[in-house]
Amino acid sequence: MSARLTAPNLQLNELGKIKHFLTIEGLKQHHLLEILDTAESFINPKTNEIKKVPILRGKTIMNLFFEPSTRTRTTFEIAEKRLSADVASLDIATSATKKGESLLDTLWNLQAMQADMFVIRHAESGAAHFFAEHVAPHVHVMNAGDGQHAHPTQAMLDMFTIRKHKGDIFDLKVAIVGDVLHSRVVRSQIQALSILEAREIRVIGPKTLMPTHPEAMGVHYYDDIEEGLRDVDVIIMVRLQNERMKSALIPSEKEFFKLFGLTPKRLALAKPDAIVMHPGPINRGVEIDSEVADGPQSVILQQVTYGIAVRMAIMSIIMSNAAQLAQHQSEQAALELENEEEEA
Amino acid sequence: MSQLNIDVNALIEQMGNTLRTMPIMDRSPRMIGIRTAGVWVAQQLHDQLQLPDALGVIDINFYRDDFSKVGINPTVMPSDIPWEIEDQHIILVDDVLYTGRTIRAALNEIFDYGRPASVTLVTLLDRKGCRELPFQADVIGMSIECNKTLKVSGPDPLTVSLTDPEEDSV
Repeated sequence: MSARLTAPNLQLNELGKIKHFLTIEGLKQHHLLEILDTAESFINPKTNEIKKVPILRGKTIMNLFFEPSTRTRTTFEIAEKRLSADVASLDIATSATKKGESLLDTLWNLQAMQADMFVIRHAESGAAHFFAEHVAPHVHVMNAGDGQHAHPTQAMLDMFTIRKHKGDIFDLKVAIVGDVLHSRVVRSQIQALSILEAREIRVIGPKTLMPTHPEAMGVHYYDDIEEGLRDVDVIIMVRLQNERMKSALIPSEKEFFKLFGLTPKRLALAKPDAIVMHPGPINRGVEIDSEVADGPQSVILQQVTYGIAVRMAIMSIIMSNAAQLAQHQSEQAALELENEEEEA
Repeated sequence: MSQLNIDVNALIEQMGNTLRTMPIMDRSPRMIGIRTAGVWVAQQLHDQLQLPDALGVIDINFYRDDFSKVGINPTVMPSDIPWEIEDQHIILVDDVLYTGRTIRAALNEIFDYGRPASVTLVTLLDRKGCRELPFQADVIGMSIECNKTLKVSGPDPLTVSLTDPEEDSV
């Protein structure tokens, strides 16, 4: 895939507002805060209920999942429906791409079906960027996870969950434990935590599951979980990405749990009110003990619920920005016409 | 500049007195205020009438009909109706009835919660002659001409100032 992965401006329109949501990289703090604040407005503060609203009525959103997903796909669909959009989810296993149709032909055909937004998950890093570079100007692209590159909506729902429980992020010490090397979620989380100026970001795991220079991402690396969890406010556990490992990077799952699994004893090293997060799917007994996953400090299931509101927020912000841009352009055009008439 | 300050508290008290004489008061009504200034008016009415159920609050920003032109209003907040709408008699309160579009949005939102038995519309100020949709209020604090410039501030104290732009320009 030829798309440039570091093209942050591709996702902003000429007014500097979000047009496509491809990666956290290159976004400003105000973009992220707008998403978090808007997500707040979809949730009833007393009941945590997320009500259906009519703002995307008449818009068509297509979910293209080229890679399996349960949580992300379902929460995207629910979010789209709660915004009253028309939703089509493509079953890729039986689709034309299996019959040899190129990605671009698929895209143009779906666009001809009057899609206003594509939500894309693909095993290839850069797939969402590639789509964003080729869609018509009025069509928007959301990245639901591309290869090992980015999973920005997951990162935003994690930021939302942290803020809901712990308040402003800039005061917090956050530890991310597990397979950092293969995780697009972790990349996006670290970028979001940095933009929101978290006090300290730690990554914990075996060297074989770390990038060569984790410090380059602005994080502190610990190969000892007990040392790394000391006094943190937030613990984010990450799944072992077995499907992305090309060689044996850990001796065994049992060994991994022994060295890096989150047990009640290790959790006790963090602050007493620390929260435990996991983007799912969780592997009980591999990276997390059941007692912790189901315990009082776990907010894993709330992450899933908040994922609906955060995805609703990003989609409505994108459509709102498009509306404001169109309004701005028509005002500019009217102004130019006026000037021309005056000159004449 | 001609500016008229209105005694809002007296108007609201008079609106409450009017409501008391209406049949809906015998039907255990529940009250909803439209954010932002409608809630301020509703809160005073709610206190005055001593309604037993908490005041409901709706934010109609997600129900506006101009989303495709103006996008999201950044001040939007969640609606909070802490009881069932179904089969209830609702008193819907806003500060100003103008084009009628806000009331259209509010009714749509209310019907998304359930089917009320009835809705009685109460407005502090009714801007006559500038309706774009066919709505009329059941209880009106005061009617004003469409060309007046109007500013409602609050919640404490709740004030309304009216200026006459035509006189203003003289």
